Amino acid sequence: MIEFRKVSKSYGANIGVKGISITIDDGEFVFLVGPSGAGKTTFVKLFLKMVDADRGHIFYKGYDVTKLPPRLVPQHRRSLGIVFQDFSLLPKKTVYENIAFAMEIVQKAPRTIRRMVPQALDLVGLTKEADKLPNELSIGEQQRVAIARSIINNPDVLIADEPTGNLDPETGWEIMRLLEQINRRGTTVLMVTHSREIVNAMNKRVVAIKNGRIVRDEKGGLYHPEEDDDPVPRPKEGALSLQ
Amino acid sequence: MSFAYAVKQAFSQIGRNRIMTAASLASIIAILLVLGVFFIVVVNVNNMAEGVKKDFDQIQVYLEDNVDPAQLDVLQTAIGGIPGVAGTTYLTKDEALEQWKEKWGENADLLDRMDTNPLPNSIIIEVADLNEATSIVAAVEPMVGVERINYSQDTVDKLLSVTRTVQLVSLVIILFLIFISIMVVSNTIKLTVVAREKEIAIMRYVGATNWFIRGPFLLEGVIIGLIAAAISSALVGVLYHYFVGRWGVEFLLLVSSSFVDEWFLTENLLIIFAALGISIGACGSIISMRKFLER
Repeated sequence: MIEFRKVSKSYGANIGVKGISITIDDGEFVFLVGPSGAGKTTFVKLFLKMVDADRGHIFYKGYDVTKLPPRLVPQHRRSLGIVFQDFSLLPKKTVYENIAFAMEIVQKAPRTIRRMVPQALDLVGLTKEADKLPNELSIGEQQRVAIARSIINNPDVLIADEPTGNLDPETGWEIMRLLEQINRRGTTVLMVTHSREIVNAMNKRVVAIKNGRIVRDEKGGLYHPEEDDDPVPRPKEGALSLQ
Repeated sequence: MSFAYAVKQAFSQIGRNRIMTAASLASIIAILLVLGVFFIVVVNVNNMAEGVKKDFDQIQVYLEDNVDPAQLDVLQTAIGGIPGVAGTTYLTKDEALEQWKEKWGENADLLDRMDTNPLPNSIIIEVADLNEATSIVAAVEPMVGVERINYSQDTVDKLLSVTRTVQLVSLVIILFLIFISIMVVSNTIKLTVVAREKEIAIMRYVGATNWFIRGPFLLEGVIIGLIAAAISSALVGVLYHYFVGRWGVEFLLLVSSSFVDEWFLTENLLIIFAALGISIGACGSIISMRKFLER
């Protein structure tokens, strides 16, 4: 269970999030919607402890993320998988190596890596592409590699920041089917999106954030265009990026 | 974290970054060379100063050749009675020559070439209190049988003050050079860090520990520093060897003090350079990694 309790974070004059409280149960699938700059990315970054909260608490797995000492932060992040809008694959590594990299850096045994990577490739349907470089793949395939990488360490929560933002609708649906499949295996999925079609079709919990506050939290919710003054997916800007 | 992984990464970073690594190696070697020269100067000046200080608490009274044992006895008793004198020793001209030979070491054969011993018999006065040295000299000077007194406080004072200045200036320059080399290494490593920024960001998101991320960069700096240390100690050693071979005798004749032993110096230089190289490399990496040290 993830619980945000009155969490605030501002960047100078910019309000990131303002007194957000929300509870997400294990195994849920939650859409995070709202205009760019509304605080969605801050929300995600707070949970990842890439930024520190000014006020409030974030409870997860029995600890308070906001009070996590630096040495325990890596351990915290290992229980979370992240998919970026821009895929963030390493261009000089093959598909296999990109996925294996996520395991190497958390020091998994080579034997485990050799066993797990093919399974992940199979799950995302890229077994034949294992030895290709990212630029030899279509963007949909690249995003599938990124998803395979994000789940390779068996995270409890998968965070996807506009994973379909750069994809055409058909490829976007492929990704959604994959995320739903991962969710059915028990992984909590937290997805930031601007896509009306996807939100409306999936019939999942929808949390709308605007001006740093949660303005709507609805199970089986729909996409409300008036909550998003910027419904057109914009590449990267404001999204969770590597910088 | 796996040390082997870090070593592998560090070398692959150096391999990928060959030109910059070579550039920073060259700068560090250049800096260490200059540093080595200062080190040699300081060590030799110190060595010389030590020798001078040792002579400082002694006054050499050169005797006329015709002084007989009875006169000598009178002289020694008289000198012994002067306040501030701790003791006196009679040194024959032959003993004096032996001492010189010892001091000159392997260059002693120069002395053997002389037909007669030019050194006088002398009385060595050990001074108990250096402040009395001048009055002792004044008291001994008019005594019968004394040819000349060898004691020049002015020179000693000047030499010691020059020594201190040389030490201080060298220290400042050495510290400055160390600072520069740290900056050079940190810039080189920053390039690797920037080149791997995406990789590092992914590592952080996936939950790699700080040491896992930093290790390879730290090692990269240390390896650069160590290689530079090895090359520059070898260079300084060879240069010093050549210098001593070429100018050693002149130096000995000039200041009657020999160069510090080359092997002793090169060995110490290697240790100092290695320590410096490692520290410079490590500090350089840490500075360039500051951005990633936050958590």
